[in-house]
This record gives sequence, structure tokens and C-alpha cells, in this order.
Amino acid sequence: MNYDIEVDNISKQFVKPDVQALEDINFNVKTGSLFGLIGADGAGKTTLFRILTTLLLADNGSAKVHGRDVVKDFKILRSLIGYMPGRFSLYTDLSVEENLQFFATLHKTTIEAGYHLIKDIYRQIEPFKNRRAGQLSGGMKQKLALSCALIHQPKVLFLDEPTTGVDAVSRKEFWNMLKNIKNQGVTILVSTPYMDEAVLCDEIALIQNGKILSIAPPSTIIAQFPDVLYSVSGSQIGKLLEDVSKFQDIKSCFSFGDTIHVTLNQGDIKGLQKELIQRGHPEVVIDTIVPTIEDCFIRLMQ
Amino acid sequence: MKQFKAFVIKEFYHVLRDKRSLLLLIGLPIVQIFLFGFALSNEVKNATIMIVDQSKDAASLSISEKIRNNDNFHFVGFGYAYKDAHTAFMRGEIQAAVIIPPNFQKSILRRENPTIQIIGDATDPNTATAVINYVTVITMNFQRQALGMTSPVSIDVRNHMLYNPELKGVTNFVPGLMALVLMLIGVLMTSVSIVKEKEMGTMEILLVSPFHPLAAIIAKAVPYLLVSIFNLCMILLISIHVLGMPMEGSYFLLFSMSVLLIITALSMGLFISNQTSSQQVAMLISLMGMLLPTMLFTGFMFPIENMPIPLQIISNFAASKWYYIIVKNIMIKGLGVAYFWKEALVLVGMTIFFIVMSLRRFKMRLA
Repeated sequence: MNYDIEVDNISKQFVKPDVQALEDINFNVKTGSLFGLIGADGAGKTTLFRILTTLLLADNGSAKVHGRDVVKDFKILRSLIGYMPGRFSLYTDLSVEENLQFFATLHKTTIEAGYHLIKDIYRQIEPFKNRRAGQLSGGMKQKLALSCALIHQPKVLFLDEPTTGVDAVSRKEFWNMLKNIKNQGVTILVSTPYMDEAVLCDEIALIQNGKILSIAPPSTIIAQFPDVLYSVSGSQIGKLLEDVSKFQDIKSCFSFGDTIHVTLNQGDIKGLQKELIQRGHPEVVIDTIVPTIEDCFIRLMQ
Repeated sequence: MKQFKAFVIKEFYHVLRDKRSLLLLIGLPIVQIFLFGFALSNEVKNATIMIVDQSKDAASLSISEKIRNNDNFHFVGFGYAYKDAHTAFMRGEIQAAVIIPPNFQKSILRRENPTIQIIGDATDPNTATAVINYVTVITMNFQRQALGMTSPVSIDVRNHMLYNPELKGVTNFVPGLMALVLMLIGVLMTSVSIVKEKEMGTMEILLVSPFHPLAAIIAKAVPYLLVSIFNLCMILLISIHVLGMPMEGSYFLLFSMSVLLIITALSMGLFISNQTSSQQVAMLISLMGMLLPTMLFTGFMFPIENMPIPLQIISNFAASKWYYIIVKNIMIKGLGVAYFWKEALVLVGMTIFFIVMSLRRFKMRLA
């Protein structure tokens, strides 16, 4: 198996403010796969991206992207990778076309040469090609940024929270585009704070406080969930959560949308139901459910 | 090379599309030169003047008459004693006073070379100099007419500058202003525009590209170099044709020396932008670190030779000071490079210093 990203014991500490941003990070990304880095804000995702895109130096450990060391071979590497930072980072006073043209020339290529890769994405913003990038909507900005990151046909694509601040429909669209790009042989590392996007990746790493909690395909992570998961729903959700947490056999309980997700140490879920009815929740409904990535993530975080 | 061209084009878009900055970039120097130029114009109209005639004889009245009838003066009145003039100065009622000594005519007849004193309020040095020049001419004319060319008697005109004994003329301001404008645009605009890329996050993408970021920064300087050259042309046109600044030397020499200063300024801007990460800081450093020293240490506002020794030493670090000397040598004295190659060499040295420092300190990464 070939890997396009190999991360070996990467650690990074910031002095001001004193934060251990990354601690012994290890993972590999298979060539041609879509790898997701899932974690809340401040988990260290952006720092890791910057190290892998040669923008920051790690304190410890080493990393290779497309077989090249991110420190020693940074010059060669910079022409092999595409990077889309979390913040919109194109020239707002340049038009859509000028931005794309500029980044194509910067990478010693032309729009035509890389057009096949961005065709599906760029077509959607092409009607606005004379508009200044600063006047595009959030979704269009993101498509332009992706086009600019792809125009030089990189081997590995780094996308740092590409869907943050984008509406649900555009997000879905965006992930479809990523699939298409992947199918053209580009390895993609993408980070996101949204759990629902995790299942769309080939493999995910859950990251929290600079540490990786788990690495596996999303289905494996879900399958590895060790307990039976119940969803408890009722009319007074606040009081219900309080009463559920008082139950003796509770292993974990947290509110999840308008229901409460519960796992038990031992015993029978019927006991919980009985007790809840006693405590004044006659309408309570308890179902056994299949855990989501978020359930797995929350369990790992505890 | 193609990338470099693309970069320069992009920079031109930035400069040309930001209309407000562009207006500032090109308008400010022109406004400045007009303001400075006309504020310093030698044309003085209606300068308020008082005559203290202590003789009241034929000769003194004749001179008073000539002064009173002169268009350039607004005659306020006669004073009876020196102290009247003094009080009027304090109240700001007059800009100049002419003191004619007692027994003026007698002194002339006795061939004693009488002395007329002119007092000017040199808080406004131009008016003061102009008034003194006018009165001197009037006195000379009187002398020629009344006493004849061959008269052995000469009336001695003594002038006295109140408040500001150092008088600076218009010829000093134009070279100073040239230095100021070129420094300001070069340093401030370059440093701010590069830091802007850092702030906007575009630097991050530029770094992750095979294009050498340093070349990107040099490309950034190109539009400002051209804008500065345009400004230089405007300043020269206005100062020579409108303000009457002399131009004795070679235009080519003046141009190449100015381009040298522009490059020095750009390299300073480059250096500042390397050290800072926000536009405000870059602007503050450029203003405090460049504008102020340029104003203080160039020599066109405050004479360096009157400064305490430590300040004189510090003034050597102001690039504009050397440029100022060069420009005065070219424009006023019409001298060739042989007379200011040392100053030019200092500018070259400074440029090399800043470029080398920028190169060494340039970060190929974010931190």
C-alpha cells in the first residue's frame, strides 16, 4: 500500500499562548484516498495542516507528503501540493478569472492545462468570472478557492475546514465535488468540525486537544462502538436528562438533538424506563439505535 | 519571468483598483508641493508695516512716502519710538517696522552713513525676508535718486530678524519635499501592501507555491516604483515651472539619483514588512521611523548644523539627508557626480544593507 501522507510522531508547542497544539500525531493517508480530520475548533487541525503544507516547522517528529520530507524538500513539495486555508485567502479586488489566471501562472501552468480537474466546479462560477472575488457569496468563494488550489493539478490536496460557514446544500455539493476530484487520482486531506461529513471520508482521524483519538474508516469506528446505544425521548427534555443521569446503571448520557443518548453499564433498559415513568415521565420512549460518528467521538472524548 | 510579469500585473490591479489610495498616492504629493510652494512664495502682498520716523526731516519723509506708496505694504501708521513698534509686534498688528534714526538728513549731509533699521517678524520668515528686501531696494533707490550714483554717502540698512534668525528659502524646500514624498510613498506603501498579504491570508497561499515569495515581494515594489517616478515628474514640473525652482544641472543625473532614493525607500519598506504582521504596526513604524526622521533630519526644516552633536550623528542615518544634498547640488549649483559621489554611495550602501537584512530575515514559512 502506498501512502501520500505519512505523519510520524509530530509534536508542536506554541509559546505564546502556551499551548501544546499537537502531541505525538501519527497517521498515514493512502494514495488516492479522501482522509478526514475531524475535531472541534482549537483541536490542532490547522496547525497540522500548516506543518504538512511546509508552512510551519514541527518541534518533533517528521512527515512526508508524496514521499518528500516536509522540511528538507519543502521547495519541491510546494509545487506538488494544493492548499486551501480555512479563511478565504484570495484577492478580493481581483475578478474570479484574474484570480484563477494568477494562480495558474504562479504555478507555471495555464487554466487550460488544469481545466479538466476544475471543470465541474469552475463551470458553476464561470457566469460570474468578471465579478470581483470579494463580491461572491460564501459558496462561490469556496468554489473559486478550490479551483485556485487545484488549477496546477496537485498530487495532494489540503483543505482546511472548507465547509465552515457554508450552507447545507452547498456543503453537500462540495463533498460531491471532492469525490470527483478524488476519482481523478488526487489524494485529499480535509478537516471539518462537522461530524455528519465524516462518514463521507474513506478514513477519518478524530482529533482533540492535539491528540488523535482514533483512526479508522468511519464504518469501522461505528462498528467498534462497544455498548448498546439507546435514545430516550420525552416531552420535558431538560428534566428528563436530569432524571436519566440519576439512574444507577448509567454509563453515559448526553442530549443529542431533541433526544438523549444513553449507554448502560449493566442491567436492563426496562429498569430505566420504569424509573422514568415513576419520576413523572409517563410519555417516555426508549429505542435502541445505531451509533453515529458523533456518538463515537463523544465516547472517545470522555 | 512569466510568473513575475503576472505578479506585477496583479500588483497594478491592486494599486489601480483602490481608487482612494491611488488618489492619495498621486494627489498628496501634488497638493503638498502646491501647499509648500505657495506658502513659501516670495510674493508678499500687503505686509503690515509701521514706520518709526525719529527725524521727520525731508530725507526721512521721502523714504516714508515711498514705503507708504508701495503696493507690497499696508502702512499701519507712524510710531514715535522704538517701543511703539515693539508693542505692535507683540500684538501682531505689524509684520515689519522701519526705524529711521534721529537727524537722518543731517547725518547724510555730514556724510556719517546713517543707519536705517528694519525689523521683521520672522515667525513668518518669507514675509520677513521679502519685506526687508523691498525696504532695502527702496532705500537704495532713494540713495541713488537723492544723492546721486557717485555719492560717497551710503545709507546702511541693518536688518534684524525677530524670533527666527535662520531664514530658509524656497530653494531649500523643493529638494526637501522631493525627499519627503519619495520616502513616504516608497516606505509606507510598500510595507503596508506586503503586510496586507499577511493579514489577508494570501501570503499563506503564496508561500505554498513554487514561486519564490521574495520575488513576489520585489514584484510588489514595481508599481510603487512607477508611481514614485510619476510623482517625481509631477513635483519637478510644478517646482520648476510654477514655483520657479532653478534647475542648473542634468535631468538625467537628477532622475537617476531620485530612482536611487526610491529604491532605498522600497528596500526599507521591504525590511519593515518583514518584521511586522499587521498593517497598523507597519504604518506606525513607517510614519514614526521614516516620516518623522525625514522631516527632522533632512535639513530642509531644521538646519542640521544647529543641532546638538548626538542629533547630528543620528541625522546621518536618514537617507533623505544625503538625497537632499545631492538634489541641491544638481538643481541649484548644477554640479556633476564628482561632487556628490560620496552621498550617492551612502544611499547605495543603505539600500544594500536593507536588502541583505530583508533577505536574511525573510521567512520562508509562517513562523
